[in-house]
Amino acid sequence: MEFIYQTWTWYYSGFIIGLVMLSLIYFGKTFGMSSNLRTLCSMAGAEQFADFFKFDYKSQFWNLIVILGAMFGGFIAVHYLGDASNVDLNPKTITELSHLGFDTPNGKLAPDAMFANTVFQSPKMILILIVGGFLIGFGSRYAGGCTSGHAIQGLSNLQLPSLKAVIGFFIGGLIMTHFIFPLIF
Amino acid sequence: MKFIKYFIVGLVFGIVLTKSEAVSWYRIYEMFQFQSFHMYGIIGVAFFTGLIGIQLIKKYKLKDFSGQTIIIIDKEKGSFRYWVGGLFFGLGWALVGACPGPIFILIGAGFYPVILILISALLGTFIYGVLKDHLPH
Repeated sequence: MEFIYQTWTWYYSGFIIGLVMLSLIYFGKTFGMSSNLRTLCSMAGAEQFADFFKFDYKSQFWNLIVILGAMFGGFIAVHYLGDASNVDLNPKTITELSHLGFDTPNGKLAPDAMFANTVFQSPKMILILIVGGFLIGFGSRYAGGCTSGHAIQGLSNLQLPSLKAVIGFFIGGLIMTHFIFPLIF
Repeated sequence: MKFIKYFIVGLVFGIVLTKSEAVSWYRIYEMFQFQSFHMYGIIGVAFFTGLIGIQLIKKYKLKDFSGQTIIIIDKEKGSFRYWVGGLFFGLGWALVGACPGPIFILIGAGFYPVILILISALLGTFIYGVLKDHLPH
């Protein structure tokens, strides 16, 4: 049972994620997490501001339940299935990150420098979280999907638009980590 | 209680993404530095599993749980929106190491600063909705 506490392997994890997508298809739905952002905006009354938010969001209730389940999943995994040996990064990555000011994982999923409660006192980190979130929310809707909808479902369904989106994701990520990180960290 | 099945699917999704560390800012950085195969392996196997599943569904015209033939809708045709939307998304994904699914999962896991990411992502979605008709697609 030890293996449950270790980092789950890519072949096992990727397979289960594929099954998650296929389960949702079997239930007559689709695999797409970013549409929940639109649903939440609509529920908050955004339809008064743009037609984009005028849709029957009750039909998306099932997807909100999926993310609710996912939140519980995160809770359970961290509190009951964790281990200090996790997040075993390439040593080169750890060295590079320490030059940028990021603490080593030591089993943590995310660096304290950006995700510990202390960041609420750092205007710079708050701004980074806000800019990052904005880019994700704006970009995923503009592209009509995120990694679940495009990289996994879209590519599995051999959709050319999804390939374009995924290439876009990658170029954006590379620009950020290679050119912008050294400037801001 | 027809929604239980969606909760369970979500639960499995949340656990796998957390245990495989796909929600980890560190892993996303490592991926963009090409310093590990791990994330590529996860996405690749998920894609491959989905590919086989979807091809089987189409070939045998399989039915969903309510008895209807499964139809997976094609994505809208286009170019600019996919490249540029993708680019914006990628910048954000690398900056904060999360995409929409992980945002919710990380909040569930207790990383409360991610709530700021969520609020801002909702704002980004909102601004897109408002500007949509003025943006090239």
